[in-house]
Amino acid sequence: MSKVVVWYGELTTKGSLVRRGLALVMPGLLWLLAFLVLPGLLLIPLSFAERGAFGEVVWTFSLENYRRLLGFGVLGFSLDNLLALLRTLSVAFWTTLLCALLAYPLAFFIRAQPPRRRYLFLALVIIPFWTNLVIRTYAWQLLLAPEMPFARLAAALGLVEPGMALYPSAFAVYVGMVTAFLPFMVLPLYSSVERMDLSLVEAVQDLYGGPVRAFLHGVLPQTLPGLTVGVILTFVPAMGMFVVPDLLGGAKYLLVGNLIQQAFYTMRDWPYGAALSLVLILLTLLALRVYRRYGKEVDLA
Amino acid sequence: MDEAQGKATAGLILQGLRKRFGELEVLKGVSLEVHRGEFFTLLGPSGCGKTTLLRLIGGFEVPDEGRILLGGRDLTGLPAHLRPVNTVFQNYALFPHLTVYENVAFGLRSRRFPEAEVRAKVEYALGLLHLESLVHRYPHQLSGGQKQRVALARALVNEPEVLLLDEPLSALDAKLRAEVQVELRNLQRRLQATFILVTHDQEEAMAVSDRIGVMEAGRLLQVGTPEEVYERPRTRFVAEFLGVANLIPARRVGEGVETPFGFFPLQVPWEEGTLALRPERVELHKEPVPETFRARVREVVYRGAYLEVFLDPPLRARTALRVVPGEEVHVRLSLGGLVVLHE
Repeated sequence: MSKVVVWYGELTTKGSLVRRGLALVMPGLLWLLAFLVLPGLLLIPLSFAERGAFGEVVWTFSLENYRRLLGFGVLGFSLDNLLALLRTLSVAFWTTLLCALLAYPLAFFIRAQPPRRRYLFLALVIIPFWTNLVIRTYAWQLLLAPEMPFARLAAALGLVEPGMALYPSAFAVYVGMVTAFLPFMVLPLYSSVERMDLSLVEAVQDLYGGPVRAFLHGVLPQTLPGLTVGVILTFVPAMGMFVVPDLLGGAKYLLVGNLIQQAFYTMRDWPYGAALSLVLILLTLLALRVYRRYGKEVDLA
Repeated sequence: MDEAQGKATAGLILQGLRKRFGELEVLKGVSLEVHRGEFFTLLGPSGCGKTTLLRLIGGFEVPDEGRILLGGRDLTGLPAHLRPVNTVFQNYALFPHLTVYENVAFGLRSRRFPEAEVRAKVEYALGLLHLESLVHRYPHQLSGGQKQRVALARALVNEPEVLLLDEPLSALDAKLRAEVQVELRNLQRRLQATFILVTHDQEEAMAVSDRIGVMEAGRLLQVGTPEEVYERPRTRFVAEFLGVANLIPARRVGEGVETPFGFFPLQVPWEEGTLALRPERVELHKEPVPETFRARVREVVYRGAYLEVFLDPPLRARTALRVVPGEEVHVRLSLGGLVVLHE
């Protein structure tokens, strides 16, 4: 006999509540299980398999894919893959940091607007999503072309030779990455900034703290929840990004995302692609773990 | 006294401060001098500009006009973190991610005091406010009264030339508030520091202050000791804001005034105006005595220490006399209690 409980004014039993809760979360759970967890787990055995002569999967157990991934290829040892891994980490890190640096002033700017105009600016932040990322990235190719103002300005300043485009380059990759991910940082950060209590900033100023202390003790602890969401939403997809480096980075600026794409599409080597994907997932989780540990020192509230 | 010495002993001087937020003029020219070592209270209803005035002194707002001088030095354009002034905020604004000790040490660490000195000063401040046992707690583990004391210690540890208190007691319950008022007053005397308190509670203002400045609609109406502003209010607003006042219409006749309650020999600057009289200055008698008139008791409210009596003709009185509604009493208005209002 289950005990009767009152739940939001309704008389019911514990067992019935649990059943109802399960029924509500089940569709979502099943969806994630079928289309995310199981394919993800499938990557593990796949990464130890081998490519057949016609691109089919040959189910064996071999560490060959991982050896190749570390650079021991048929043509001898090469650092290219490890460099791509490091480059991926570094691009994702700097993209996230740049986004955070740009998002803070933007979030405070939006907060400073009268309430009705805030929605206008938030809409402006979201509007780029109405266009596909590939199209937005092609748009940057146009904007960074030799005859466009940016390239002319760079040439006038002597940064590039006249008549050169600003892509493919690392600079172009960062431009593309930051534009792609800035909204993911701004929106969660704004939700924290909007609710921020400014009197803590005033307390820092009252207690002789300059701008650095005002940020570290007045702003950061209060906005850390939004920042954390923004960092995860930016860093994780940035680690897997391949469209932007493909279109703006050229052949010399490959990220792991590009290698995975090549493995699955161009080389039709699914086992190798699976191994690369697993390494990328592990690396991403590891980086987030580092952020959490570092973040905990500030997140005592 | 030479000039340098004069400057050193000068307190806080506000000269013609004006502040406007958009359409709203919050301060309409406030001038004031707060002496060194004084407990000064800015008293007024919400929206009168008292908090804005405090924020101007703290450096959180910049005046549109006017100057702020402290010890002869012009603070007007100085940012908050460069002013020798500290604030106890209304919501305390304790840093949630820092312990009590770190909160109190914050100002000293901002100024890069050696850690040994920080420890000594923080421990002294914590002792002063009986917070020794709470040093390692975080703000969310403290009660309202404890938070209030931490905020006070965090400000006082910096030995500010002026301590600003923005309604620091409004979040405390009535009993605790009365205790903290006494504590605050004692602390200020012991440290001989300049305190400026903002409040809308006239009893609090009278309990703690050396002097009170009464504000209304962006203006300072009257500045004086609690006794002066209570006993000798200059305007109708001050008379009514500092407690219950009987307002009596009067007309100049010869060497005095004629009122509905008779003639009083008072010098007045107007032909027709108003007199104020505190209810405790309305004397009630059961038997007729000289200079009394008769009145009927309309209503009686039992207040414990005294009875609040509503009379007809309309007067309020406070008395220890046991009267009942409907009873006839003899009333005398004390000449010394009658105040000539200027507005």
